[in-house]
Order: sequence, then structure tokens, then C-alpha cells
Amino acid sequence: MIKVLFFAGLRETLGKGSESLALPAGVGTVGALRDHLAARGEAWSALATMKNLRSAVNQQMVGPEAAIKAGDEVAFFPPVTGG
Amino acid sequence: MSVSVQEADFDAGAEIAALSAGRDDVGAVASFVGLVRADKAATVMPPAQPGAVSPADGAGETAAVQAMTLEHYSGMTEKALDAIVTEARGRWNIYGVRVIHRVGRLLPGDRIVFVAVASAHRGEAFAACEFIMDYLKTRAPFWKKEETPEGGHWVDARESDDHAAGRWNR
Repeated sequence: MIKVLFFAGLRETLGKGSESLALPAGVGTVGALRDHLAARGEAWSALATMKNLRSAVNQQMVGPEAAIKAGDEVAFFPPVTGG
Repeated sequence: MSVSVQEADFDAGAEIAALSAGRDDVGAVASFVGLVRADKAATVMPPAQPGAVSPADGAGETAAVQAMTLEHYSGMTEKALDAIVTEARGRWNIYGVRVIHRVGRLLPGDRIVFVAVASAHRGEAFAACEFIMDYLKTRAPFWKKEETPEGGHWVDARESDDHAAGRWNR
């Protein structure tokens, strides 16, 4: 299983902040997970279309090439705007 | 050397005093306090079409911000802030750092962020304080949602913030 988290505008678009799912077969990177989720259609296509979507694995900011494995916490979110 | 993410307000004076309390080697404490501003909420204008009439002054602005809600990624936020402080300590000889970032709903005029750095000399304290703020704005997982009379909207990241953080790579 992996835990996937969504934040800010993306969380609102998807209507949920997190979900747990079995790591889908053939999905080994953050980019592949993003494509897999976006293929659910409707609101989920935001994952494919959102400009400058950011991602983190186990709370470290990473790019789409980053590897993921069972047990990981993967997060998707818009560019940060704190301070 | 501490980082806090909290809903509660903070006392900047007390935090600054604590950084040099009980020690005689601190010659400078540089600090920054960020406040919630009630200015016009920016809206994205559609790209101008060739030959189109320019929008009138004021178009593209909405009503003033009435409140702001800060969301964060609990757990990652603290790690990201710790990493930023650690990087600052690697670049400058600094004796103490305090970072406080508020979350939740804040009103115009409320304090939102605090960074203070203690060092022997002002140059290192100023530089490290500015570095921490610049990195915080681009690397720490906080998001702002502005409330106006017309509804709420998420604040877009600013390219100028990326430029401000990028200059430390030079």
C-alpha cells in the first residue's frame, strides 16, 4: 500500500486530502503514479493538467522521476505560497 | 535553534531576547516579521488579443482581502524548515535561529511569519535571515487562501520568489 496526499487547491478539486491504495502494477515513479491517477478521469485529470504540480515522497520534495515503493507517502500539491 | 508551526500568535520581542539570553558572544540579531496584507487580491488576466482594447484601470483586481487561511503539510513542513535552517548554518557562522510560521485563519494586520538569526556580526545575521525567508517561500509546504467578498481563492506562487531564492545559488 501507499498513502497519497493532496493539498490546497488540488485537495479541493479532488474533494479529498488523502487516500491509501495498493501500488498499481507498473507504477514505479511519481510521474507514473500521477498519470495513473489522472487516468481516472473527471476531476482527477487536474493531476495531468495542473501547471507546475509539485510532488514529495516521504516528505521530501522530488521530481516526477523519483522512485516509489510500497509503504511510501506520496504527496501532490501546487507550488508553495507561504511566508 | 528551533522551528514552530502553530496557530497561536507570537511575541517577536520575547523571541529576539531569547536568542541572546545568557550569552555574551552575540553581537547581532536580525529579524523579519511578515504580516497579512489587506491589499487587492490579484486575479489572472486573460492574455491580450492583438488589436484588443486595453482593460480599464483597475480591471483584473478584486475586492480587498478580508482574511487568509494558511494550509500546510504537517510533518513535511517541520522537516523542510529544519533543512532550510541547517543549510543556513552551513553557510554562515550563526549562533541561534528561530522560525515561527502560523497556520489557520488570519486577518489583515496579523503576524504570519517570524525569522530571527543571532550571530557575532550583522552581516551574517542579515544574510542568513534573508536566506531563510527566501527559501521558506519556495521550499516549505504552506499554501495561502485569500477570502474576499467575492469568495475564496488560492494565492498563486510568484516567479519573483523563485528568483529571490535562486540568487543564493550564485
